[in-house]
Amino acid sequence: MKKYSVFAIAREAMRGHKGWEEQWSSPEPKKEYDVIIVGAGGHGLATAYYLATVHGITNVAVLEKGWLGGGNTGRNTTIIRSNYLYDESAGIYDHALKLWDGLSQELNYNVMYSARGVMMLAHNVHDIQVLKRHVHANRLNGIDNEWLTPEQAKEFCPPLNISKQARYPVVGAALQRRGGTARHDAVAWGYARGASARGVHIIQNCEVTGVKRAPNGAVTGVDTTRGFIGAKKVGVVAAGHSSVIMNMAGVRMPLESYPLQALVSEPVKPVVPCVIMSNTVHAYISQSDKGELVIGAGTDQYVSYSQTGGLHILQHTLDAICEMFPIFTRMKMLRSWGGIVDVTPDRSPILAKTPVPGLYVNCGWGTGGFKATPGSGHVFAHTIAKDDPHPINAPFTIERFRTGRLIDEAAAAAVAH
Amino acid sequence: MLLIRCPYCEEERPELEFRNAGEAHIARSTNMAGESDDDFEKFFFIRSNPKGVIYERWRHMHGCARFFNAVRDTVTDKFIMTYKAGEPKPSKLPKNSNEVVAK
Repeated sequence: MKKYSVFAIAREAMRGHKGWEEQWSSPEPKKEYDVIIVGAGGHGLATAYYLATVHGITNVAVLEKGWLGGGNTGRNTTIIRSNYLYDESAGIYDHALKLWDGLSQELNYNVMYSARGVMMLAHNVHDIQVLKRHVHANRLNGIDNEWLTPEQAKEFCPPLNISKQARYPVVGAALQRRGGTARHDAVAWGYARGASARGVHIIQNCEVTGVKRAPNGAVTGVDTTRGFIGAKKVGVVAAGHSSVIMNMAGVRMPLESYPLQALVSEPVKPVVPCVIMSNTVHAYISQSDKGELVIGAGTDQYVSYSQTGGLHILQHTLDAICEMFPIFTRMKMLRSWGGIVDVTPDRSPILAKTPVPGLYVNCGWGTGGFKATPGSGHVFAHTIAKDDPHPINAPFTIERFRTGRLIDEAAAAAVAH
Repeated sequence: MLLIRCPYCEEERPELEFRNAGEAHIARSTNMAGESDDDFEKFFFIRSNPKGVIYERWRHMHGCARFFNAVRDTVTDKFIMTYKAGEPKPSKLPKNSNEVVAK
């Protein structure tokens, strides 16, 4: 792997940019690997990267039925934060946030992590109580989160309307300054490049059609559209399709898959300096470095794998945005799209060993998995390499739905999760 | 937006009138306190989440307000048929789904 640097740019400029190499190779699949990762999204590629860099396991294949980073990694609204209520969630999301800081240097790839701040607005007494509870819980866990008066919120985010006459007046806000955004595609590409350089095989257009098990129940490999590929360890990181893959291994999951939509506006000059979320009005918005307003909508109400969603969901979201920011009522929306998110009953992920020896699963990130990408990959690689969970992901078992030890972020009022 | 046929109103109405109520044909135990942890997990948390034909409950919230069941393809989001609550899970699905919905 040639290092990207200012000297590399200068060198290539001198010779007509003919020396840039492919960022990752596309090898033919081997008959057998030490570890197979199903799904080449951010989480899967990060897992492969940390298997290679932290645990020295490089005989790894990442299988992807479509193209790399073409699922939810390329469909999210790129928001990063770690201000979750419960200790377990705070642990894993802040582990990720610490890795985001410095990820561009680690990968030698600009993931454009921008700690521009995530501000959650309060509009009523209930919001104040919930958000202050989050602020205090976060600070006990060593996570930065601070309470702002409406005037302080306006100072941090000038386009905010703090008039008392507004339909949803801003009566306060919680601000996580380390929160922000990153370039989602670059995250997948950076991890892919780093993993490929260390010998990991990234095999695109290779759909897993079955999971093979030995008579003793242990995993022996996977059937794919490019033939059988053997492995003693298989990690399923297939987002909305996780339960489909797990069913192939005979494991039924506490998951349901829903369409989740997002949309972007035409690009405009810088107007939104941070990420703004309002759980009560049910809208969140940020601005990409290209200038588009990035707006996340809600999920549809029914199980679907269609990667589209109802138009009324988008309309509802834009109603909320216009209520909060009347200045955007004349903006034109440029594109909208949908992704399929796998949701657990308690809205917390599952990163764990499974009842099947050699089969591991990293799923259930629901509507908010992008922010966790580096941390998720890091601890999942540990879980696979050691056949034992990392202390950070130890609570995120499948068994919690039998024992009742849920991590109930769903009830923690994180509407925009 | 989906067009959904309510089997009670015998009419196709827009999705906005309906509320999805999750997977159908999950029987609630008559002796909940006696359920084992495993059985309770299956009843309460585990879902089939199929990529393909799903049997699901809907409620005609802003219409007759009654629950009914539907068979839908989760890849195309097309309804194959709807039927009244309490009717058995259809053992055979109609071949031409459009015809049934339009009936």
